[in-house]
Amino acid sequence: MSSKQGASNTEHKTKKFGKTERKIPHHTQKAKKFYPAEDDAKPRKVRKSIHAARPRKTLQPGSILILLAGRFRGKRVILLKHLPQGVLLVTGPFKVNGVPLRRVNARYVIATSAKVELKGIDEKVVEKVAREGYFTRDKAQNKKEEDQFFSQGEKPEKKKMNSDRANDQKAVDKALLTTIKKEPHLIEYLGSSFSLRKGDRPHEMKW
Amino acid sequence: MAEIEIKASQWRLVEVGRVVLFTHGPYTGRLATIVEIIDHKRALVDGPSKKEHASVPRQAVSLHNLIITPIVIPKLPRQAGRGAVARAWEKEEVESKWEESAWAKRREQREKRRNLSDFDRFKVLRLKKQARFEIRKAHAKAKATAKSS
Repeated sequence: MSSKQGASNTEHKTKKFGKTERKIPHHTQKAKKFYPAEDDAKPRKVRKSIHAARPRKTLQPGSILILLAGRFRGKRVILLKHLPQGVLLVTGPFKVNGVPLRRVNARYVIATSAKVELKGIDEKVVEKVAREGYFTRDKAQNKKEEDQFFSQGEKPEKKKMNSDRANDQKAVDKALLTTIKKEPHLIEYLGSSFSLRKGDRPHEMKW
Repeated sequence: MAEIEIKASQWRLVEVGRVVLFTHGPYTGRLATIVEIIDHKRALVDGPSKKEHASVPRQAVSLHNLIITPIVIPKLPRQAGRGAVARAWEKEEVESKWEESAWAKRREQREKRRNLSDFDRFKVLRLKKQARFEIRKAHAKAKATAKSS
């Protein structure tokens, strides 16, 4: 609809009442008879802006971290890369302490001052692992509940190891292991797990 | 009447010339000597060390903030001036005496251990274990030979 037409549509009409003329507004221009008893809730204005995740300075790639939460709590692991959303890509190495390539929340981690050189690591594999969707499970493989119910007598299929993941793990850890073995005590250090002893005050300790 | 032997006590005394260690305040861990006892709670001290971060300016301090050490500068006159105190301090070799003491060594080691990183702490644990193993081994060997002979 053009503006000209729109304007003509909402124009008032003039009507004669005896000797006088009166303007009768268009029905859209009339004041409403009803109005809501309560005001509409307006969404509050967001005063925060979205920042890219900024990891702590101590969390440099190659530094050794202590995991504080989850299945691998207490384990000492090596930081490989920062992923977006403040997540860290971490490896045990798997052969040393059983921690696989894994994503970890930076909040649940203590950074130690010990560092391992990441030289010689296959960058392509790390890139591949860091890509979104690498750690997500395939949904299509999961059977429907109904099928599971009818096949209750049979043994459930064993979870299969993804051999691609295992190969990636080996590719990343291979170079790491050679550098780790060069420094005395480092491999035992990574193999041991951290725990607080009597009289330990974590807030006063140096890492 | 029986004879009574009177002995001086073996305690360390708050006395002029006594070397003290600061335990509180900005001069914690530094040495000074008592120059004058002001009252039962306070003393005038002076720590004329020439090392960096070891000297204490002449001041009145509460005795609660100090520990007295076994070191004494003998015959330091009361209210000796800063120059005289410095000369006596140097002559008596207070600092080298302190550094040789087991107390100072333990303090130093504790400080060092406190500043270790996590990996260093692990290494200390491992090395201590190794040393202990060697000692036990030697001990067991000595024991076995003593028994057989």
